[in-house]
Amino acid sequence: MNLRFYLLRRIALIIPTLIGLSILTFSIARLVPGDPVGLAAGPQATEEIKEALRREFGFDQPLPIQYVTYMTGLFRGDWGESLYTRRDVLGDLRTFWPATLELTTVAVIIATLLGVPAGVISAMYRNRMPDHVARVLSLFFVSFPAFWLAMIFQTWFGRDLGMFPINKRLPVLVAPPATTTGLFLIDSLIQLDFETFLVSLKHIFIPSLVLSFSAFASITRITRASMVEALEKDFVRMERAIGIPYRVIIFKYVLRNAFIATITVISLNFGWLMAGAILIETIFDWPGLGLYAVHASLSLDFQPIMGIAILYGIVFSIVNILTDIVYGILDPRIRYG
Amino acid sequence: MAELPSIQSEKRKSARSARWENFARGLYRFRSNTLSMVGLTMLIFILLVAIFAPIIAPYPEDAAGKTRVMARLQPPSEDFVFGTDKIGRDIFSRVVMGTGLALQVGTIIILLATTIGVTVGAIAGYAGGWIDDILMRITDIFLTVPALVLAIAISAALGKGIVNTMIGISLVWWPGFARLTRSLVLSLREEPFVEAAFGIGAGHMRIIFRHILPNAVSPIIIKMTTDFGFAVLTAAALGFIGLGAQPPTPEWGAMINDGRRFFPDEWWIATFPGLAIWLMVFSWNLIGDGLRDVLDPRARR
Repeated sequence: MNLRFYLLRRIALIIPTLIGLSILTFSIARLVPGDPVGLAAGPQATEEIKEALRREFGFDQPLPIQYVTYMTGLFRGDWGESLYTRRDVLGDLRTFWPATLELTTVAVIIATLLGVPAGVISAMYRNRMPDHVARVLSLFFVSFPAFWLAMIFQTWFGRDLGMFPINKRLPVLVAPPATTTGLFLIDSLIQLDFETFLVSLKHIFIPSLVLSFSAFASITRITRASMVEALEKDFVRMERAIGIPYRVIIFKYVLRNAFIATITVISLNFGWLMAGAILIETIFDWPGLGLYAVHASLSLDFQPIMGIAILYGIVFSIVNILTDIVYGILDPRIRYG
Repeated sequence: MAELPSIQSEKRKSARSARWENFARGLYRFRSNTLSMVGLTMLIFILLVAIFAPIIAPYPEDAAGKTRVMARLQPPSEDFVFGTDKIGRDIFSRVVMGTGLALQVGTIIILLATTIGVTVGAIAGYAGGWIDDILMRITDIFLTVPALVLAIAISAALGKGIVNTMIGISLVWWPGFARLTRSLVLSLREEPFVEAAFGIGAGHMRIIFRHILPNAVSPIIIKMTTDFGFAVLTAAALGFIGLGAQPPTPEWGAMINDGRRFFPDEWWIATFPGLAIWLMVFSWNLIGDGLRDVLDPRARR
């Protein structure tokens, strides 16, 4: 079975999962004991206004019909509209999603850059001081509530030290780069606008650093464990015996072997950080899905919430497939079947 | 025939002492692990604070939302060790009074999630076939969306409040336990002692509960301990968003949300509840890390 066929099969398998997910979110959204329409219409709304709203959104239809309508819309690109803002959900997701994606990606990169070396050092100095320090530090940082640490960091680095901007993706007076991907870091590079690139890098640094802390511990732990396992393999003993320097063995051979398990954890973390971003964004006024999700959930506005859940489901499935491709690059022995 | 019972009781005794010996060895390893002992000490401290909260807190009535208009937004002082909030409540008293709540929230979430997850995982792994397929597809659906997103959706749908938050988080927390239990059951099912039990005519329930699950306990306990801290963290996050505990409940996440508007000028309102969450999560993480060494010898070498 070749790679292309494997990928097609994997992509096809996303569909039943997403249908299941849509049933799940749909049931959550329709089992609400509260009164979303009443909440959206406001306290002064008469029964007729509420009734009209219900009819407009199709809430008066039987549930199976509502579900089928929602699903056909989903495939046609009509993800419903918000009860509150009356804006198109898919349009909103398109606006807010790049900011969250950018924040999460940078956070995953930081977590990897911190976590993998920490894990490697732990494994090299197994059960000695550097190992213990790395272990305590990673548990220490992962235990902080990220939203709380975000407030502290915002104040320290943004206000007191003035090293970094306090919030948002760019200063008010700087125009965002022309949209290609919606990721400011990449768009500004495409435009060769290095000034905007640096400014947006400064803006994203503290939020993504805080976000990365929650992934640091698991990446360190898995890197250490798989390094330790790889270090005990026969080929390491052989390489040491024929006199290859220890450093070369570690970085050229062992790390590559150990990285497969680490990649899995990194991709899992991508999903977790995407969710964690919801909390961080509220602190840094980061105009991503987080603020959008919080507002929607507080006002029982379920169309956006369902949209976000399905978007996250799609992204997570894609990340899983990409992970499998990376396995194949790292380990040529892996055959897709 | 007369000596048969005695052989059996002899065997039972030796099995029990083997289990005891394992336990004693584990306890020794746990005790010689400095970090996990630090974690345990911290947790005992937290438990004591929770039990004696009404005695420790100088103003226990502040947990219920007593206002003290004269002492609004006071910085930490002798009277108010952690300062006061926007309506003059003593932060220290509220942090102390919230300890028990945080412990309860974590306990209930983890127990619910473990019960659902272990049941689903054990059935899936033991039954196999289409039952396994269906149960695992359902589990996968929950795992395709980050837990926090679904927890927010479910808690929002059920309505604001600490009980609904706990239900919401438990409903998204079980899939991890289901996956873990299933993989354990799958490998244990092939063990000779399970085959033997089946051979002498033991029923499915007996095999699952007497032979398979007791041997799967260690990894499940490790996961329960490490997850405990994160469950508390998630509940605090929902409280921070405004979905969880409602005022005047002294829930740490909601208290941070309360203090957000006053940060950083009146930094004490949000800072101390955050440190309390950190202490709780850190202690569970240290214990979980130590237990992993004790119960799963392969993990730490």
